[in-house]
Amino acid sequence: MADVSLRGVSKAFGDTQALDDLTLTIKDGEFIVLLGPTGAGKTTTLRLVAGLERPDSGSIVIDGRDVTKIAPAARDVAFVFQQYSLYPHLTVFENLAFPLRSPARKLSKDEIDRRVADVARLVRIDHKLDNKSTRLSGGEMQRVAIGRALVRKPSIYLMDEPLSSLDAKLRGDLRLELKRIQAELGSTMLYVTHDQIEAMTMADRIGILAEGRLVQIGTPREIYTEPANLHVAARLGQPAINLLPADLLPETSAPAGTKTIGARTEHLTIAKAANGHSDGTIDWVEHLGDQNHLHVTIGGRKLVTLTDPDTPFAKGDRVTIRLKTPLYFDGAGNRIVG
Amino acid sequence: MSAAAHSVVEPSVTSKRVAAALVVVYAVISMIPLFWIFATSFKTPPDSIAYPPKVLFTPSIEGYCNLFTTRTRQTPEYINSLPPATSFCDETTRKRNMVIAGPSNFLPRFVNSLVIAFGSTFCAVFLGTLAAYGFSRFKVPLADDLLFFILSTRMMPPIAVAIPIYLMYRELGLSDTALGMILLYTAVNVSLAVWLLKGFIDEIPREYEEAAMIDGYTRLQAFRKVVLPQATTGIAATAIFCLIFAWNEYAFASLLTSGTAQTAPPFIPTIIGEGGQDWPAVAAGTTVFLVPILVFTILLRKQLLRGITFGAVRK
Repeated sequence: MADVSLRGVSKAFGDTQALDDLTLTIKDGEFIVLLGPTGAGKTTTLRLVAGLERPDSGSIVIDGRDVTKIAPAARDVAFVFQQYSLYPHLTVFENLAFPLRSPARKLSKDEIDRRVADVARLVRIDHKLDNKSTRLSGGEMQRVAIGRALVRKPSIYLMDEPLSSLDAKLRGDLRLELKRIQAELGSTMLYVTHDQIEAMTMADRIGILAEGRLVQIGTPREIYTEPANLHVAARLGQPAINLLPADLLPETSAPAGTKTIGARTEHLTIAKAANGHSDGTIDWVEHLGDQNHLHVTIGGRKLVTLTDPDTPFAKGDRVTIRLKTPLYFDGAGNRIVG
Repeated sequence: MSAAAHSVVEPSVTSKRVAAALVVVYAVISMIPLFWIFATSFKTPPDSIAYPPKVLFTPSIEGYCNLFTTRTRQTPEYINSLPPATSFCDETTRKRNMVIAGPSNFLPRFVNSLVIAFGSTFCAVFLGTLAAYGFSRFKVPLADDLLFFILSTRMMPPIAVAIPIYLMYRELGLSDTALGMILLYTAVNVSLAVWLLKGFIDEIPREYEEAAMIDGYTRLQAFRKVVLPQATTGIAATAIFCLIFAWNEYAFASLLTSGTAQTAPPFIPTIIGEGGQDWPAVAAGTTVFLVPILVFTILLRKQLLRGITFGAVRK
């Protein structure tokens, strides 16, 4: 395990600027999640660290060593791909042993057997070691893929949406398992996803990427409560943050220059209108079972917020809406610290 | 999987039967000449040219005796003075007032065919795999033009360049050599190999090699450990196509080989017996000649089928 840094890294594919002057340091033992939409440069970042792509400018340093021009095999990194993760002509055991059997490593057969057995137990696949890798379920395949990365002790684990092709239940299970394993081994990890729940639950720090730039990096809490701008604010929170014009609601404490107010569920106090005054109307109550989404129309704007499963609100109710310390954004979309 | 996706309704029993009947009729028609050659190889020379043609006859392996031997005519007195015949071939030959003088050229010609066909197939598939991998995975400058150029070598019948090649081979001393024939068939087959294999290799996701390279393998090691095992189907299909071409090639073989490097196809029709063409021996030669390709095709028939339907069915 080691510190890994990207220093001013840029990469273009033809006319597309995939990464633009990215600087990021992953500390030893840290779990960093890069979050961003498709095309933000997440996968490119991983491929650059792995050495599958060469940066146009900037450098990549692993454990104090500049590896920018070094071949993938010599970088001592492990990579879990989004799909096509297993070698289809090999068994589970052979897949797990594959990195250890590399001519560069020269491990003894006993050592390989022992380490494969250990890692197979860790990812709970030890009962299927002799199976052909194509005869596994999606979750098992992905566990083997993660196991194949864990079987070595590389400087850094790179994971490219390893859970995205799985169904929701399995994704939840593996998410926990992966975090448990990472904590147990104290591994350094750079993990890419577009799933905000994965980012929030697993990361020590989240990096938000947009159009090849690192917009903000910080703990999940920081990113959630103190987003640097509208883009970051919109990436986290379910339902998505409500962005309202500054003058839509009577709000006294808005700082000067506020153009947009960002309001999540916790920033809103909604009550049934009393004494004739109301701000909006309940448009629709979306029953999700464990919770409800409340759709409110306010001055021609739509607003979505969470409410209890046993909500007193019904379609057509007139309501008052108050803001509690919401987020303020200026004309350029940057947050104004109030 | 994908074939089923196209047919919405299972074909009716009647239409299946009609289809099966058509296939059987077609197969029978195609097989008649082969059957006739096979039957002729077990006829005696008089039976083979009998009129009306004999469908029922007493089988004899005289054709095979004549295929593998040369014979000389002798006087009955000389034949009677010989010790008793030791084999069926000896006996048959003596009945026709001849004795076996030695082995014929068929076996060396057959071996030439094996060496040249398998040698050129190996070279074409080897070069084709490497080239296809390169085209598939790397940014080759002018890749499309190069691929078109490679394909364009197949746009005219190879025999169209027979005279230049004949002259060139004479200058280079490659006429009537196994090396010359291997080079020639490799050159003809390599374009087919590159195109077929590029399709197969394109289908192998590059993530596999990338994973292997990160796992501590060089690109060449990753190619050998990960790409090759997954390309075996494509390689087998390509090898069969190349082998069939090289094995059956007649025009260049008859033009460029006459002696030591002559292959079986130009040799077989030249088998002459007493008083003209020895049809049972020719038929026997053809039958023996068919065996290797038959065995090879049966062994790899699944891959061959995949090779034929390749590109027609997409996942």
